[in-house]
Amino acid sequence: MIEWLKQPWPWYIAGPLVGLTVPTLLILGNKHFGISANLRHACAMCFPSDIKFFKYDYRKELWNLFFVLGAFGGGVIAMWLLADPNPIVVDPDLVGELAGYGINDYSSMVPKQLYNWDYLLSAQGLIMMVGGGFLVGFGSRYAGGCTSGHAIMGLSTLQWPSLVATVCFMIGGFLMANLFLPFILG
Amino acid sequence: MDNSATGNTDFEIRAQDTICINESQLQHKWYHNIKYLIVGVLFGIVFVKAEVISWFRIQEMFRLQSFHMYGIIGSAIAVGILSVWLIKKFNIRTIYGEPITFTPKKFNKGQIYGGLIFGLGWGLTGACPGPLFVQIGTGATVVAVVLLSAIAGTWMYGKLRDNLPH
Repeated sequence: MIEWLKQPWPWYIAGPLVGLTVPTLLILGNKHFGISANLRHACAMCFPSDIKFFKYDYRKELWNLFFVLGAFGGGVIAMWLLADPNPIVVDPDLVGELAGYGINDYSSMVPKQLYNWDYLLSAQGLIMMVGGGFLVGFGSRYAGGCTSGHAIMGLSTLQWPSLVATVCFMIGGFLMANLFLPFILG
Repeated sequence: MDNSATGNTDFEIRAQDTICINESQLQHKWYHNIKYLIVGVLFGIVFVKAEVISWFRIQEMFRLQSFHMYGIIGSAIAVGILSVWLIKKFNIRTIYGEPITFTPKKFNKGQIYGGLIFGLGWGLTGACPGPLFVQIGTGATVVAVVLLSAIAGTWMYGKLRDNLPH
């Protein structure tokens, strides 16, 4: 059983489990799935700075901070008890492209050659981690939600503005991965 | 739903540009939140085991080199649509007996501009906000910097909000 769980899970197991987060949170307490709201709660909690957007009672949203604390714990548990010793298998075309940038270590979920403290201090590392993180935080709040709030929760409730947001997420991702990233890494 | 004057104002501010808001009138002790922690743990485990938090998988998705991520997102939405439909059809309530409510999302241009900006960041970091927390849990400690930067980005949005097109 444990050996079986250690293998990578196929999409048709994982996708429905992710989808079940929606009714689970609704039934547990009428909570709407949305993770990027936590970034706003963090601002409201730590640096409201007299900005109207951050002046609200974040204590009512503590449940969501518990959820992401759990997600962090899920990462710890999965690596501790269910780690797959094999490297991630990805498309050979991607392997070829990344080899051209010197990325060939597939032993971790994130490329170890990019995600390390030394690389952070390089120009490319700053763009990827500090710049990328900033775009994720700024854009998700500007869009009013991220992949969980718009693509999953928003589309589950058939809200067309969430479809617009999801399409724009994908366009941005396609542009970055195919046009800008080769330039940044190359 | 009962909205007292003060509660309603706070709800509107918290609900601003977010669909991740609800207004329960019940007052619970903090430990009632443990159940959300447990759901979060399961969610995190699924994200690791299905490699959703993998930078490589996200790069594959944006190059149309694999069906994996499309299968996950697509089947998650399908299960979500079906569950919400069942909840509405049978008037299912929460475990505390409260009605389950849905707030319609209003369109604004932020969903386009913000969506594109978010997408650029997603393609770069290979992680949306959920996976950031999970990645740190798997031991990729440097991702804490990405998360802090995302919080800074959110703060900057709040600061500039009134001057941005919506």
